[in-house]
Amino acid sequence: MSTGSEVVAPPRLVALGGNPNSGKTSLFNSLTGLRRRVGNYPGVTVERVEGRLILPDGSAAALLDLPGCYSLFSRSDDERIARDVLLGLLPGTVRPDVVVVVLDATNLDRHLYFATQLIETGMPLCVALTMVDDAEKAGAPVDAAALEEALGLPVVPVVAHKGENLPALREAILRARPGRRLLRLPPPAESALGRLAGAVRAAAVVPPESAEGEALRLLTQARDADRYLQRGGSALAAALAEGRRALEEAGLDRSSLEAEARYTLCGEVAALARRSPAPPRPSPSDAIDRVATHPVAGPFLYVGLMALIFLAVYSWAEPFMALMQAATGFLGEGVAGLLGPGMLTDLLVKGVIAGVGNVIVFIPQICILFLFLGLLEDSGYLARAAFLVDRLMRGVGLNGKAFIPLLSSFACAIPGIMATRTIEDRRDRFVTILVAPLMSCSARLPVYALLIGAFVPTGYRSLTLLSLYFLSVIAAFGAAWVLRRTLFRGESSTFLLELPRYRAPRLRHVLVNVYDRAKVFVKQAGTVILAISIVLWFLAYFPRSESIAATAERRIAAGEEEAGVRHQAAAEQIRQSYAGRAGRLLEPVIAPLGFDWKVGIGLLASFAAREVLVSSMGIVYGLGEVDEPSGELQEMIRKDKRPDGTPAFTLLTAISLMVFFVLACQCMSTLAVVRRETNSWRWPAFLFGYMTVLAYVGSLLVYQGGKALGWGL
Amino acid sequence: MISPASAPGPAPLPGVPPLRKTLDTFRPGARCIVRAVDGTGEGRRRLLEMGFVAGTELRIVRLAPLGDPMQVTLRGYHLSLRRAEARTVRVDGL
Repeated sequence: MSTGSEVVAPPRLVALGGNPNSGKTSLFNSLTGLRRRVGNYPGVTVERVEGRLILPDGSAAALLDLPGCYSLFSRSDDERIARDVLLGLLPGTVRPDVVVVVLDATNLDRHLYFATQLIETGMPLCVALTMVDDAEKAGAPVDAAALEEALGLPVVPVVAHKGENLPALREAILRARPGRRLLRLPPPAESALGRLAGAVRAAAVVPPESAEGEALRLLTQARDADRYLQRGGSALAAALAEGRRALEEAGLDRSSLEAEARYTLCGEVAALARRSPAPPRPSPSDAIDRVATHPVAGPFLYVGLMALIFLAVYSWAEPFMALMQAATGFLGEGVAGLLGPGMLTDLLVKGVIAGVGNVIVFIPQICILFLFLGLLEDSGYLARAAFLVDRLMRGVGLNGKAFIPLLSSFACAIPGIMATRTIEDRRDRFVTILVAPLMSCSARLPVYALLIGAFVPTGYRSLTLLSLYFLSVIAAFGAAWVLRRTLFRGESSTFLLELPRYRAPRLRHVLVNVYDRAKVFVKQAGTVILAISIVLWFLAYFPRSESIAATAERRIAAGEEEAGVRHQAAAEQIRQSYAGRAGRLLEPVIAPLGFDWKVGIGLLASFAAREVLVSSMGIVYGLGEVDEPSGELQEMIRKDKRPDGTPAFTLLTAISLMVFFVLACQCMSTLAVVRRETNSWRWPAFLFGYMTVLAYVGSLLVYQGGKALGWGL
Repeated sequence: MISPASAPGPAPLPGVPPLRKTLDTFRPGARCIVRAVDGTGEGRRRLLEMGFVAGTELRIVRLAPLGDPMQVTLRGYHLSLRRAEARTVRVDGL
């Protein structure tokens, strides 16, 4: 391994690496402040966060927060990305000049595992030692100077959330240097490694100083050798085969060799760094755990907290959402008043401003959910929550961490889907994302209220509503069960979940995360939502019929009541718009579900957002814009007749339509967020497809089944 | 779905003498020493990386209310693992 020339030029890109729960993100926040860029690494769903770091010499460097890793050798997306960044193999990201390794002083053995792997990348390193105070309290204090000597790297103890010692850490970044390899393997493995390292260096896939570390990985792991074999050719293939044979002959288990040797090393380094071990004191964390994971008290606490979160997302957000709706409404009226009637006004008010409204209305729920999620995660409870319900969720092939995203989806699938980021396993996460929109969200409520109020007899209304929620849960769990056995088949993911020590959540850190989530949503999903809003407006506005407008003007001039005439004209205009034509075109398709073309228009319009069904039905029935399910609209729908004189709507049609709304993904915002969270259009397309099919079949069964049983009228 | 998993242990490999007990057969409070991790692939790799290497001492802290997963402590930290995963960890009781 190359020896320690110090970094001369100030670094341009500094990477921050460490285990999950090491205080890494908190340190990142303290070092960079609020200005940072959040995005995705190309092609994967791993989040990329970069901020600005000012160094003691006054120069600025970019600070890249690497995904939390337990190891550099694993296959998970997070760890693969971290490895590729560090080896300079990731397109679009230059190789960092320096890596700051975060080590948790209370958990030194396991954190050293990753740190010693980092040494083997040959990169200049320095160490930020966190939670020194906690280690002291727990009776296992760590001596930074001794650790510095044992590792051969600059070590700075920091208290990230208090900002203590950060200047010293910035100083240490300038002193970062490559470390010596500390890992010692049994002699046969060492000689095999030496030969393979030569071949890897010759293949020149990675910088020469990283060759030995990569050789170790290739030697001990079966996969991922392809890119070396392509460049290194037969010499590398031969060295690899020979090395593995040598291990086998020496009776060494290739796959456990590295882990065993490394943990031996970690134990030795940790022993050198630990000052006079005092007898370990009972930690307050264990005392909390006795309650939080108690067989009786634990579930009670869990249910209480979940109820609180649900209540908060469901109802605390309500006033803020109403405020935002009022604000966009006020803005719309203001613009309409200022510009007078016309197409431009209509585009601005009903396309742009309403579109912006469709975006910002989600912000309160997102902020509240992420506030709670952040508090639970930062305190350490989130892992316990997953521990408590894992068995329950596994019944349908999900894991314990899927519970909170699914629960929040009762309020709104958008924050729910964003919350699936806490699920590390890709398959578990994708299945959770794909079933979350089936949970009956609050946007479906106005639709239920309209139809239940119009058609369900008084005594059965609550029961009907409850059944709809029940149906949504059954559908979501059923879909998860099916997806886990088809598209996302495979051995149940490992559920090794670290249960970190409890600690007081750091509000600043939590709020920064809330801010990031809201910003990412507005910037990345919001633009798509706004664009689709404008397209939908266009489809419902064009083409304009001059004759309808002219007739309306004549009737108003003739003294007919203006509002009534205008509403009627609006209804006629939408009828012959592109959306209206599509609605009529759709009629033969939706007739078996009991819907006529008016419902067809409503279904198309409600793609913008489900609750739009109510207002678009208002327009179609010539009542003008209706925001709340009004008695007048219910009356109109009840009295509406088909051309043959039979009622257009019956109780059965209403139930069929509600079942459709439970099961269909009538929400472009959800699709936009799924696009952002899965980093591909494939999954939102699949989501929309399967839910539409499910909704169609569900509705068809209800309507045709009901008719066959004679409930038709 | 509620009952704790009680699937039979892994079939003994041909030609290998009967192996040690597995971690899932111990009760909360038990202390054990890891001897080996069965299996192949990513699950085994992850267990090794999280510290389940031969000679490591661990303690079963408790089971989740539904009997699965289990909470263990090793190397100074706490970890939750499913019984199916515990079944791949060969241990000696202390």
